[in-house]
Amino acid sequence: MTDTATTLERLAAEAAATAGASPHGEEGERYTAVNSEKNRPLYASRVKVYPKLVHGTFRRLKWLVMAVTLTIYYVTPWLRWDRGPNLPDQAVLLDFPARRFYFFFLEIWPQEFYYVTGLLILAALGLFLVTSVAGRVWCGYACPQTVWTDLFIHVERFFEGDRAKRIRLDKSPWSAGKLARKAGKHLTWVLIALATGGAWVFYFADAPTLAGQFLTFDAPSAAYLFVGLFALTTYLLGGIAREQVCIYMCPWPRIQGAMFDEESLLVSYKEDRGETRGPHKKGASWEGRGDCIDCGQCVAACPMGIDIRDGMQLECIQCALCIDACDEIMDRVERPRGLIAYDTFRNQERRRAGETPRLNILRPRTILYSVVLALVAAIMLVALSNRTTLDVSVLADRNPLFVRLSDGSIRNGYQVKIVNKEHSERIFRVSIDGLEGAILTRPALAGEGTATVIVEADKLENARFFVSLPAERAAAIKGGEADFDFVVTDTESGKIATRSTTFRGPGK
Amino acid sequence: MSEKHKDDVTGVETTGHTWDGIRELNNPLPKWWVYTFYACILWSFAYWVVMPTWPYLTGDGWTYTQGVIGYEQRNIVTNELAAVAEGRSGAMEQIATMPLEEIANDPALMEVALGAGKAAFGDNCAPCHGSGAQGSKGFPNLNDDDWIWGGTLDDIHTTLLHGIRWDADDETRLNIMMAYGRDGILNRSEISDVAEYVLLLSGQPHDGEAAVRGTAVFESQCVACHGDAGTGNRELGAPNLTDAIWLYGGDKEAIVETVSNGRSGVMPAWGTRLDEGTIRSLTLFVHSLGGGEK
Ligand code: SF4
Ligand code: SF4
Repeated sequence: MTDTATTLERLAAEAAATAGASPHGEEGERYTAVNSEKNRPLYASRVKVYPKLVHGTFRRLKWLVMAVTLTIYYVTPWLRWDRGPNLPDQAVLLDFPARRFYFFFLEIWPQEFYYVTGLLILAALGLFLVTSVAGRVWCGYACPQTVWTDLFIHVERFFEGDRAKRIRLDKSPWSAGKLARKAGKHLTWVLIALATGGAWVFYFADAPTLAGQFLTFDAPSAAYLFVGLFALTTYLLGGIAREQVCIYMCPWPRIQGAMFDEESLLVSYKEDRGETRGPHKKGASWEGRGDCIDCGQCVAACPMGIDIRDGMQLECIQCALCIDACDEIMDRVERPRGLIAYDTFRNQERRRAGETPRLNILRPRTILYSVVLALVAAIMLVALSNRTTLDVSVLADRNPLFVRLSDGSIRNGYQVKIVNKEHSERIFRVSIDGLEGAILTRPALAGEGTATVIVEADKLENARFFVSLPAERAAAIKGGEADFDFVVTDTESGKIATRSTTFRGPGK
Repeated sequence: MSEKHKDDVTGVETTGHTWDGIRELNNPLPKWWVYTFYACILWSFAYWVVMPTWPYLTGDGWTYTQGVIGYEQRNIVTNELAAVAEGRSGAMEQIATMPLEEIANDPALMEVALGAGKAAFGDNCAPCHGSGAQGSKGFPNLNDDDWIWGGTLDDIHTTLLHGIRWDADDETRLNIMMAYGRDGILNRSEISDVAEYVLLLSGQPHDGEAAVRGTAVFESQCVACHGDAGTGNRELGAPNLTDAIWLYGGDKEAIVETVSNGRSGVMPAWGTRLDEGTIRSLTLFVHSLGGGEK
């Protein structure tokens, strides 16, 4: 395969060309991982990483994930969802002024924010499960930091070329060409960053309206502020900081160490197969040596600037690009693929011990995560399906606790708050239960039909009620306190909400 | 104790100090930090010029540089207060002029009125009537359904405007509960008897014989104001003696004291102290407490 030979020669030449400046490769020490432990003093400024483009299954998968996630991010605010008149028709909307969170068929009020908490718990548990099965899948494929950094690296590649060219460009003196390339790159980055920040604010206001306001320059100043803020952070984190976010800023890599175990599938270099590594001449025997030809392609591809052959490292986001890089090489030298592959620690041991490697996905850890996940999901489902469109709370007057009326009876005052979460006006009947002889009244000016409360669509009504007990009954209350219920009935649907509260008297 | 010292592991110079054997690396400050620091220093110079900053002494005492943009926090507060007043003025004007019933039927106006009324109550009325309007001896509880001078919106409004036994107001609500004992109109046993009769009227345990004797006293002295049945007269501000509510206490001792010395509680006329909008807001607020009558 002369084709392979020339490719390898080209790679070697490329490596030699980039050599000369440590740590991107001294002669004889090609492709040193800039973030390897050897190169990392306690205090050092960052050394730029120049990830090389690879082709293969995982690169394709990452393209796909990038396309899907970015589409979700940019398109979601534009999805419409009809909720009836006078309500926003945006499918996903965080309406701060009206204090509502709309998510397709769901409409969450501030006091129901526990649904969002539930969703976050589900997300966290899902992350735990995936991580214990296959490592940092989130980091490697779906994390916004990874997706945007990947996108920004591709922009960089478009303007400045692949790894070797970029290294050379950065070393070369400033020229019109270099300036043009750099300017093109940064300009595109800024545009992407602006689009990212721009898309963000659409989640908080009606997207078409806001977009129109942007075009005519009369959007609210907060919108500009947040577009600017998110554009800035996107540009800084995706373009400039990149892998440093994962290594130094993000807490998740430190936490997830607790979720792996020796049976987790992680991107690993199969040391048992690769060692002893060393350059290999075409046609030479593979006897007595490992499959790794020490070409350094896995290092060159790594966006985190590490050498996967050093073993599992905190920096590794498990993007699997080194798998693609090595598979390309293995094809060329006609060795089986998968020298770097998703593998488990136990399997490395098993192979070393001569056992057959196998996958052990059903472990106590994964089972536990799955069970808890299913449990929380079930609770959420039940809670959501039982979500009422009628919320009632009852607040007993505290000052004064009770009032003695002229006929000697004792009266307590209550604020009954009725929240109507339906999109139409509803009429409620309020009654009390569990307090014998009690009389329910409303303030004199509350109008006729005392126990009826009309609540407008999507509104809260605060109605005042009085409950009085005849003197003898009030005096008979033990300890001066008796519990009873307010019952609020939807006159149309017959739906009932009951809230218990306390009646207080002088208590003899 | 400072001496040059280099850390072996990192090759970085230390600060030269040791604390319990611990040394600190003398790494340079991050550049972004240093530049931010310089920027802040420059900023402070600009700030001195633009904003009120430096105090200095003049012949009349201390003052300060005003800054070129004339920033003044007092102005901000004044403007904000003016804005609030202006925002409310429409509603308060309506409250001051519209019939009370109409305000009560307008939920938006009512919200403003109740808010203003509650605030005004806390400022002006709570010292006597209590923060929850629950009253105390001599100061009526405004939550209950017993009203000496009437509990409709108009009654409450009048009471607020003109006060009770408020000399400075010609239209003030006025009556006199005489000091039957002190002024020698009734003797001790007569007073005791009439007190027993009042206990009977209000359905409390009493001495039957004394109460029968007290009937005569009551008929000659009390019915004129409190009525034949002792149910009082709101026109005259005579309390109902048959109910369970007593401004000065309803036991024998308290009743004897009331009859002997009279009572003449005073409430100021607020018409001269508060504007009409506030008084009407107070009226609506007090009315809403639970005792308000139609
Ligand atoms: S070592 Fe491999 S999987 Fe890990 S970050 Fe680098 S390229 Fe990605
Ligand atoms: S592991 Fe694969 S890509 Fe990396 S140096 Fe060895 S042969 Fe090359």
